[in-house]
Amino acid sequence: MLASKAFELIKELSRGNSGSLSPYNEDCIRQVLDEMKSLYEQNQKDVSDTVAGETGLFSGVQVRHAALERNKRCLLTYLYKRLQIIQEMRWEFGSVLPMDIRYNMCEQEISWFNRYNKMLAVYMRSIGDSGLDLTQDMQPPKSLYIEVRCLKDHGEFETQDGNIIVLKRNNQHFLLRSECEHLIRQGVLEHVTN
Amino acid sequence: MNSLNQQSFNDSNVDYDEDSEEEAEALTAAEVFAKLEEAWLNEKFSPELLEAKTEIVECIMDQIKVMEENLLKCKKDDMKICIHKMELDRIRFVLSSYLRIRLQKIQNYTAYYLNIENQRTDKQASLFSPEELKFAKEFHSSIDKHLTELAMQHMPSILQNLNDNLSGNKPDLDCYVFLRVNEDTDSVVIDEETTETGEETVDFQKDEQHIIRYQPIRHLVSSSQLTLI
Repeated sequence: MLASKAFELIKELSRGNSGSLSPYNEDCIRQVLDEMKSLYEQNQKDVSDTVAGETGLFSGVQVRHAALERNKRCLLTYLYKRLQIIQEMRWEFGSVLPMDIRYNMCEQEISWFNRYNKMLAVYMRSIGDSGLDLTQDMQPPKSLYIEVRCLKDHGEFETQDGNIIVLKRNNQHFLLRSECEHLIRQGVLEHVTN
Repeated sequence: MNSLNQQSFNDSNVDYDEDSEEEAEALTAAEVFAKLEEAWLNEKFSPELLEAKTEIVECIMDQIKVMEENLLKCKKDDMKICIHKMELDRIRFVLSSYLRIRLQKIQNYTAYYLNIENQRTDKQASLFSPEELKFAKEFHSSIDKHLTELAMQHMPSILQNLNDNLSGNKPDLDCYVFLRVNEDTDSVVIDEETTETGEETVDFQKDEQHIIRYQPIRHLVSSSQLTLI
């Protein structure tokens, strides 16, 4: 059926649960583009035949044109949606993405990610005089210090007042929230609430 | 929180030297913060991007800086430091959250807002702060480039126009919002006159709360006669 490949791309998007990126489906995209090309050629041929005097080709042309538009739309949606997922990941993981996610991105997506990183950094630096890191303070602060548990061995960590603590798996610490917020997001620490 | 702010300013006897600057603005620190809070709530609950409050943001940023400096000067084991730091954290959260929400909106409907910006006359205030505008333009062009590289340039030539494909999405201005009235406002037109029904108007009284469609009252939000909650 026409445009069924493009529809598959869309289905792939909605199958993926939020917060994860499926592998970039280059193969399918190429097939969609190929289909578009052959549809277009067919259309051109029919149009020139019609101009030459043949009749009854017009509805075929219209159907094919609709399929072309649909393919285009699905393709762009697929690409755009993926960028949105990548954007969210920037906020979640910071400027360096985990390898397994990177692996699922295509070359252009990686370079887009880097560009996005850069513009975000430029923007955040330009707020006020000294800049403001918007990826900090994601949750409304409840208290200054919070209790955290280490989920993995992280090594030494220097706190603002100069103390050095060793973050070892399953240890619990009482730390400044602002200091360990990014470690929590990276999955090194876990906020203990009871 | 604001009273704490004032009180602790006074009793710790820290010299806040931005007093002179505030005279020009004719606002105290607490008032500026209240303004930021209002802007934050409005931004959070309105479906569209509101005017950039560049002045407030700058003022609060200065405030934060001064407070941080003062904190460094104080003794380490003072109980008041904890409270001040907490305060600072809260202010910073509201500010960050406000700017984050705006950025999110800009990212979602970049083309739509850039379009508005392009049609803006000099008399109208810009939706963007200068930094945000720069970001929005860069963002828009990066997405354009990405889509062109991966898909558009491989398509048959007549389909190659991107034609604000992304701008297909617009913020939903017809959604319903909760609001509180700040000033009495009479006969606000809620429904335009149609052939079947007449015009529908509502009188807002101060301190009333309503749930209403956003579109008809959007101008009242920007003139701060209403606050979204």
